[in-house]
Amino acid sequence: MNLNVPAQAVRNADTSRVDLLLIAEMVTPGARVLDIGCGDGTLLRLLAEKRGVDGRGIELSQAGVNSCVAQGLSVIQGDADTDLVYYPDHAFDFAILSQTIQATYSPHHVLEQLLRIGKRVVVSFPNFGHWRVRTQLMFGGKMPTTDNLPDRWYDTPNIHLCTIKDFLGLCKDAGARVERAVALNAYGRKLGVSMPHFAQNLFGEQAVFLLSR
Amino acid sequence: MSETPTAQAFTDHSLRLAQIANPQSEIVHFPAHEKLPLDCGAELSPFSIAYQTYGTLNAAKSNLVLVCHALTGDQHVANIHPVTGKPGWWETMVGPGKPIDTNRYFVLCANVIGGCMGSTGPSSINPATGRPYGLDFPVITVRDMVRAQARLLDHLGIAEVLCVLGGSMGGMLVLEWAATYKDRVFSAVPIACAARHSSQNIAFHEVGRQAVMADPDWCEGRYLEEGRSPRKGLAVARMAAHITYMSDEALHTKFGRNLQDREKVTFGFDADFQVESYLRHQGLSFVDRFDANSYLYITRAMDYFDLAADHGGVLANAFLATKTRFCLVSFTSDWLFPTEESREIVHALNAVAANVSFVELKTNNGHDSFLLHEPELFDTIRGFLGAAALKRGIVGTEGWLP
Repeated sequence: MNLNVPAQAVRNADTSRVDLLLIAEMVTPGARVLDIGCGDGTLLRLLAEKRGVDGRGIELSQAGVNSCVAQGLSVIQGDADTDLVYYPDHAFDFAILSQTIQATYSPHHVLEQLLRIGKRVVVSFPNFGHWRVRTQLMFGGKMPTTDNLPDRWYDTPNIHLCTIKDFLGLCKDAGARVERAVALNAYGRKLGVSMPHFAQNLFGEQAVFLLSR
Repeated sequence: MSETPTAQAFTDHSLRLAQIANPQSEIVHFPAHEKLPLDCGAELSPFSIAYQTYGTLNAAKSNLVLVCHALTGDQHVANIHPVTGKPGWWETMVGPGKPIDTNRYFVLCANVIGGCMGSTGPSSINPATGRPYGLDFPVITVRDMVRAQARLLDHLGIAEVLCVLGGSMGGMLVLEWAATYKDRVFSAVPIACAARHSSQNIAFHEVGRQAVMADPDWCEGRYLEEGRSPRKGLAVARMAAHITYMSDEALHTKFGRNLQDREKVTFGFDADFQVESYLRHQGLSFVDRFDANSYLYITRAMDYFDLAADHGGVLANAFLATKTRFCLVSFTSDWLFPTEESREIVHALNAVAANVSFVELKTNNGHDSFLLHEPELFDTIRGFLGAAALKRGIVGTEGWLP
């Protein structure tokens, strides 16, 4: 890993794409999938194309929902914090929460609901334990902003940011079994599985977890 | 009402009456032995269904899009209306290249039973008496309307509907279709509707019915034989109802407190304000094309609609094991069927893990938004229908999605 690359050069358009590809890789072909916080439907389209899934989505923003439905995706306007309770147990093979858990009011409740309605759960999130975040706070004395977390503290929707270590703690509390955990570096590459946890928490910019109960 | 009916209005009146027995539509007459059982316990026989079609049914009979009209709508979706001479009520939505593209889909819309455009209703001749039914017509329900439509499809040899869609009461029919004929509905689009008619909506309907029945020309429902017509009562009913179809904002934007052809108020009860003149016009043009007793019967059918009550009090039970793909649409400014009503249906569908989409569209045009030029509604319908056709495996649909 080359840590001397300037921040701007590190970013490339495909970083978030890799995150989605990794999720797609975790989903079994033909599965029934609920994507919570599906945005403009990028992941749902990817899952339909690459994995032939029966996909559904929930999205908070009306613009996102309208765009998804106009593309032929099955998406409803709804809120992860309040609307998951309407689904029956194990209604889906996979419940996916991509880059959304940090924006929910009650991550614990949401994770509990995900584990109830999905036989397996995929959660991806930006890692607040990444070294760049830590150094900004430590040496800059300000709330960190990165390309992954571009909003300033007063206008961010991310009200419950966490580190990989924090998330492992939540999994334990929620009784979730971690089937797979992958950290991605700033290039969107997977960090070596041999890397110890503390290092993943330091160098992983994003994390993707596959959970079950 | 200060306006006197014009000569044109009387001409239209005769045109309207002609549609009852001899509509300018396709019509199927179901003979006396093919009785239609009704929820009230009675049977309707013989009965007729008048309908319009657009586009071509494919060889597999798999491209039928069934459009359900609203309370005062009819089967003339996308052609010149035989009574009013105006374009069909959904010609912005249905036609070649339109969101419901008649180059791809075979579109059918049938006049509901209880209506007055050729399907059997209270103005039809009662075979038992040789006179118009009037109030001897049995009280019908939304489910009865849907049963009758199913019989029409049986008659046409069409087993499955690619999509059934409609707004307002049409949306209620869509829900009833999906609940009653699960195996026959591949996809469903209920727009601006509810799974049950609210107390407030029943109240508005009651005002309308009382206005009709208070008109001496209603003659206890026997006005056709008397050669009369409760025009004033029906016009008032329409005026009251029309207010509920628009939003406060739309009315304000359109009319404000503007005066009609005058500089100042007249200190009288003439139509001083533009909004009054507009409503009077709406009322008068309505009575030229609609039957007063049909208005009573169809509003009653909507009042009785309560899908949850028909399924043990649990709405989700209406959709148990459904494989239908749903797309619900509501409008932010619709206070007659507010978004919350659609959301309740979405939650019920979620509870049975149904395939459901739901969009709430931001509009200022109130309940009537579904009839107006709303590009986002067009995009939604086009996308959802294209995906349904693709999933249904209709040949050549690969390029139909945007």
